[in-house]
Amino acid sequence: MKAGIVSYGAYVPRYRITPAEIGRVWGSDGESMGEGLNVRRKSVPAPDEDTITISTEALRIALVRGAIDPQQVGAVYVGSESHPYAVKPTATVVAQAVGATPFLTAADFEFACKAGTAAIQTCLGLVGAEMIRYGVAIGTDTSQGAPGDALEYSASAGGAAFVIGQERVICQVRRTLSYTTDTPDFWRREGQKYPSHSGRFTGEPAYFRHVTECARRMMETEGTTPADYAHVVFHQPNGKFPQRVGKQLGFSDAQMRYGLVTPDIGNTYSAAALIGLANVLDRAAPHERILVVGYGSGAGSDAFDLETTDEIASFDRSHGRPVQWYLDSGTEIPYAVYAKFRGKIHMGEH
Amino acid sequence: MSIARFWRETPRRYNLGGSKCTTCGTTYFPPRAVCPVCPVHRQSIEKMIPFQLSGEGEVLSFTIVHEAAEGFELQVPYVLALVKTVEGPVLTGQIVDAAPEAVAIGLKVRATFRKLREEGKAGVIHYGYKFTPADDPSFATSARGPPVPAPAENPPRDRARA
Repeated sequence: MKAGIVSYGAYVPRYRITPAEIGRVWGSDGESMGEGLNVRRKSVPAPDEDTITISTEALRIALVRGAIDPQQVGAVYVGSESHPYAVKPTATVVAQAVGATPFLTAADFEFACKAGTAAIQTCLGLVGAEMIRYGVAIGTDTSQGAPGDALEYSASAGGAAFVIGQERVICQVRRTLSYTTDTPDFWRREGQKYPSHSGRFTGEPAYFRHVTECARRMMETEGTTPADYAHVVFHQPNGKFPQRVGKQLGFSDAQMRYGLVTPDIGNTYSAAALIGLANVLDRAAPHERILVVGYGSGAGSDAFDLETTDEIASFDRSHGRPVQWYLDSGTEIPYAVYAKFRGKIHMGEH
Repeated sequence: MSIARFWRETPRRYNLGGSKCTTCGTTYFPPRAVCPVCPVHRQSIEKMIPFQLSGEGEVLSFTIVHEAAEGFELQVPYVLALVKTVEGPVLTGQIVDAAPEAVAIGLKVRATFRKLREEGKAGVIHYGYKFTPADDPSFATSARGPPVPAPAENPPRDRARA
């Protein structure tokens, strides 16, 4: 495949809350919950941050890093399940805010946690067909779990933007394939504030089946084994699922190390696997092979067999913060402030 | 603010689009069609070009707001600052991602893209620039968009409050 990743950027809001603090409010052992989920902290967006602002920050970093003229961007797709508007595209605001308008196509994608990887696949098609020079795929979420629900311990906020093109490719896409079924493991009905899920059903028939089937088909098609990959990145709704699925598939902790970011920032949904990939690319040397397997409830998996190129050696990562900075930093807030920031306190009608 | 008025100001609010006098080199934000610095104002007409600020600057002065303006109730106490940009114009904007006690005159800041206000729960959401401490010298300045078209006439005065 000629098209590949030309540049990337990630952004995670500043605030953090711990599972212990969430558990303290709901009378549960939050610390044990956090250990069980392998989540130490999760990110919390400020009251003036949403999917549009986070996507814009991530894309601005990516465009500066790649020295890409925004007017050469022919498509902006934003994958999220927390678009600020039900009707009015996130992508239009983001495209305008980076100076990519007006001659481009733009749209919002939704496929639970894999809308961002679906956007990458679409951009690969458009760029590969030479319909556009650069395509932008963004995965961003500011998702919420219902107060007291298990999801509240992990649902967080963050975004990652990837610029797809054919020139100065830093990471080649050797192949992408998907595995999709109708599986009702997690959903949010129109007008509902919080999502619903089918408890343990979200595990074996949903996440594990889709991720393993997709990863195995990719390795069969490419004639590879886990040993051929320097890094592997899975969708990470918590810190536990990706570790378990990695072991099932035969990957080592060392291969999963940099692709796993959820323990420090929580589950960023559409951005989860993409921020993991950004963390890998922050460190990758030329000719390292990377397997990425995203997952979105509903359900589907997108797999990417990637290989870094010689270009990554001279790629200017000095712009923007590395993912590790976001994993290490942050300002912890108590639950009351978190509840205020996330609109969980009824303020009356204005 | 009406939707139409805010929409007209999008190039400024989103991309810090100002103008520059090609005669004397003075930069303006918001953009001006006539240069008030040049001795013969009329000669600057047609010589003003679009110019975008980098978003980098430092705090010239600031105040800590405890009685929130409408729509800012969740953010008190917050900092409203005069930011002197490296290009010259002074902008008024909110400083975010910093505790008020961490803000000081001379603090280096950079522009960031944030939600400014919402027209209620069902209305339009307005976005634009705010400022955040540039605590990491390697942090990217904002990728700037293409130049905004030169204003045909003096635009309405915009105090660029965040």
